[in-house]
Amino acid sequence: MSNQHMGKAVPHDSAAKHVTGQAIYIDDIVLPAGHLHGYVSMSPKAHAQITSMDLSAVRTSPGVAAVISATDVPGAIDIGPVLPGDPVLADGWVEYAGQALFAVAAGTESEARAAAKRADITYDDLDAILDIETARAQGSYIVEPYAITVGDAQAALAKSANQLSGKLAIGGQDHFYLEGQVAVAMPGEDGDMLIYSSTQHPSELQHLVAKVLGKSSKDVTVEVRRMGGAFGGKETQAAPVACQAALLATATGRVVKVRLDRDDDMMATGKRHPFHVNWRVGFDADGVLDAAAFDYLADCGYSPDLSLAILDRALFHADNGYFLKNALIRGFACKTNKVSMTAFRGFGGPQGMLGIEAVIDDIARHLGIDRLDVTKRNLYGRDGTRDATPYGQRVEDNILPELIDQLEASSDYRQRRTEITAFNASHSHLKRGLALTPLKFGISFTATFLNQAGALVHVYNDGSIQLNHGGTEMGQGLNTKVAQVVADEFGVPLDAIKITATHTGKVPNTSATAASSGTDLNGMAARDAAQTIKARLAAFAAEQLGADGENLSYADGNVLIGEKTLTFAGFVRQAYMHRISLSASGFYATPKITYDPATRQGRPFFYYAYGAAVSEVVVDALTGEHRVLRADILHDAGRSLNPALDLGQIEGGYIQGLGWLTTEELWWDGEGNLKTHAPSTYKIPAAGDLPADFRVAFFQGENREDNIGRSKAVGEPPLMLASSAFFAIRDAVASVAGNRLNPSLDTPATPEKVLMAIEDIKQRRDTEQ
Amino acid sequence: MDETTVISCTVNGEAVEEIVPARLNLVDFLREKLDLTGSHVGCEHGVCGACTVRLDGVIVRGCLTLAAQVNGATIETIEGVTATGEVADLQEAFLARNAAQCGFCTPGMVMSAAELLTVNPDAGRAEIRDFLSGNYCRCTGYQAIIDAVETTLAGRKNGGSTT
Ligand code: FES
Ligand code: FES
Repeated sequence: MSNQHMGKAVPHDSAAKHVTGQAIYIDDIVLPAGHLHGYVSMSPKAHAQITSMDLSAVRTSPGVAAVISATDVPGAIDIGPVLPGDPVLADGWVEYAGQALFAVAAGTESEARAAAKRADITYDDLDAILDIETARAQGSYIVEPYAITVGDAQAALAKSANQLSGKLAIGGQDHFYLEGQVAVAMPGEDGDMLIYSSTQHPSELQHLVAKVLGKSSKDVTVEVRRMGGAFGGKETQAAPVACQAALLATATGRVVKVRLDRDDDMMATGKRHPFHVNWRVGFDADGVLDAAAFDYLADCGYSPDLSLAILDRALFHADNGYFLKNALIRGFACKTNKVSMTAFRGFGGPQGMLGIEAVIDDIARHLGIDRLDVTKRNLYGRDGTRDATPYGQRVEDNILPELIDQLEASSDYRQRRTEITAFNASHSHLKRGLALTPLKFGISFTATFLNQAGALVHVYNDGSIQLNHGGTEMGQGLNTKVAQVVADEFGVPLDAIKITATHTGKVPNTSATAASSGTDLNGMAARDAAQTIKARLAAFAAEQLGADGENLSYADGNVLIGEKTLTFAGFVRQAYMHRISLSASGFYATPKITYDPATRQGRPFFYYAYGAAVSEVVVDALTGEHRVLRADILHDAGRSLNPALDLGQIEGGYIQGLGWLTTEELWWDGEGNLKTHAPSTYKIPAAGDLPADFRVAFFQGENREDNIGRSKAVGEPPLMLASSAFFAIRDAVASVAGNRLNPSLDTPATPEKVLMAIEDIKQRRDTEQ
Repeated sequence: MDETTVISCTVNGEAVEEIVPARLNLVDFLREKLDLTGSHVGCEHGVCGACTVRLDGVIVRGCLTLAAQVNGATIETIEGVTATGEVADLQEAFLARNAAQCGFCTPGMVMSAAELLTVNPDAGRAEIRDFLSGNYCRCTGYQAIIDAVETTLAGRKNGGSTT
């Protein structure tokens, strides 16, 4: 193997197509004449019995080819991905405003929409649970509450020198992938169905389409070349439109496309879970934690979807990078009458970490110590002590102390702290804030069985290579990275390799491209396939060319066999002539991971990825408006497989996290209708929100585990770096009242919330005096 | 159901005459009637900028412009500006800096950035940020895009290519 490509900043394989508009997304596929457009009608009610559904006027509306409701589904109605609970079309009642009622196929999208408006549906309203606290009061849960425990938190709390409690409400987040949910269903012979979907999980989608059609997986094929962004929002949420398209295609025998427009997408599909975190901690005079009790209450919406795994991950990250000797971490999966909340970059981890970062922040202010010092004092140890997580996994490679020290120095943290204190003392309306937050993020799917991947590599007898793997491309550059791995295995240039669309007919039973694991899993599987072919080639070389099979080396498009150099193409051509198979599948299952859900102990993660960020903000104390002036990031990507792509993940993750924590507000009215369902009311960051001074660097190191190329996963973790901006805002708010009182500020910290926090802290200061 | 109207216009240098529904917007017209699918539909609210095209030399939102409005006008899309090579340096800079991840926002971003390159060749980072604030990108966090535009501006000033 040569290292010609791994570790290099190779451009994204689709970059030239992206910049010229030639990249093809689902909505760009030229469809055959006679294709139809599907439209899915949505519930206006958050919780109601459907007493009647008269669709006759819909059927006779111009251009309509088919109208289907739950009774027309030939197979199963439920398309819950893990546990049941998600009907493909409403079956007698509705459990959230936005739920799919019935679907129409017509010649044009506007005909389908116009037709849908003519439905006559009556409801009997039922009580709707619309917030976390009501769900908890009524015991409305997806599963019974559970806990991860270590030591004896209650006893230790009672003995602690200092105690603090607090709570934080954490808002959800819409994915706002620029390309909304879309699928095309093409019926074939024998009722077979070919689906083009913008999905992170082709295998699951294949299975669910088969299920609603009353078929089996062999009858359904799913293909995805690329997504226009996903971020977790197309892990389970791509399936409903694909299933609806397949049902309409079956009903009409014609090709059907279903594409949600932005408003419908935002109302109908799941989001990041809103959380409430309630905590109580005990600590010593230096701010070192003795005990911590956390309650994590997740707003799961109306169905399980992936909520249990997400809540698990939140609890697994309640420690972030900090050692908790005694901890009681409880999880409450609240069932509400909202859209089912789903995967979103970080998968509960960000909410988990935010809780303990609030704790660190409050302790620091309570004791009058800089938050960075409290952070450092509580970090996991490095020498086999203070290294056990609450769920029993040891933190074996804790690089945080070193990483934080480097960032502290490179960002001039102490110097700027002094300057900011002086600035705030001399400015009454503008207040600056500064915060450094670390992150430690566990890499692997927490459901152990998902940590597997397959790949298929064909070497053609002209020396060119076609590469397939189970992962999906959503912009992260997965295909590029996997191609880098295979190119280096065969010692060929990247352009000798064609990466084709992900296709369930080529690699079956794949896991979602999620949990940051795309490259780790698929890179290894592709390498395995390549090595299988290389083993055959080595045996062939030994037998036919008299070479020592161990001594083949592949580089620069050539194969060195003993003293002889052959071109790769010439060599494989000879192998082909000698009837050697040049195609192989590959497989990978992540080693070392074990987790017992019964005891909630084990090693759920193969390894941890780390990072830290320092953000500086300025807040206008008269309006609550704020902006990030500067952000410094030091991130651990192990030995980066592709620094250009990884840098993109870090920059993009931070900004997306910044949106989550400061501007993106999901607001439901008292009837359970999401009112911020378009970019006019839901604000994702724009170019102007980027910190004017933005410095991103990689931590120099490598993965101590034998991960692909000693790299580390980098998809999700950087999002959490943005918590530094939230705590910098909190710092600025606290400065209004002399940095002694802890602000009550929830996320997203919109100007409105910041202003309220400022007024609140002023009032508390004044009553104190 | 919809009323129709006949429009003739020039799209990427070619004369086009089509019968279009009165309510058809420009981006759908380009995508559906002319198969120019490089312009994307991200929000249909005039906010995201994925549908940005040039109308008589000035960028507009394809989702807020009706096809009927472009009668007699000249339209350029990402396909057109690619073909003429006028943004080759910008595209090259995007590629080199990984300024496109999923690529969905990219054609619109390139169209907007192309306008900035001509109207404000002296733009600094603050002005680039400001100018591009009407184009959403959910993937990159913008830093790479701003870098790419800055590189292109610098390259043009030096009278050469960016590489
Ligand atoms: S689609 Fe036109 S601005 Fe978003
Ligand atoms: S690259 Fe994905 S939205 Fe910009």
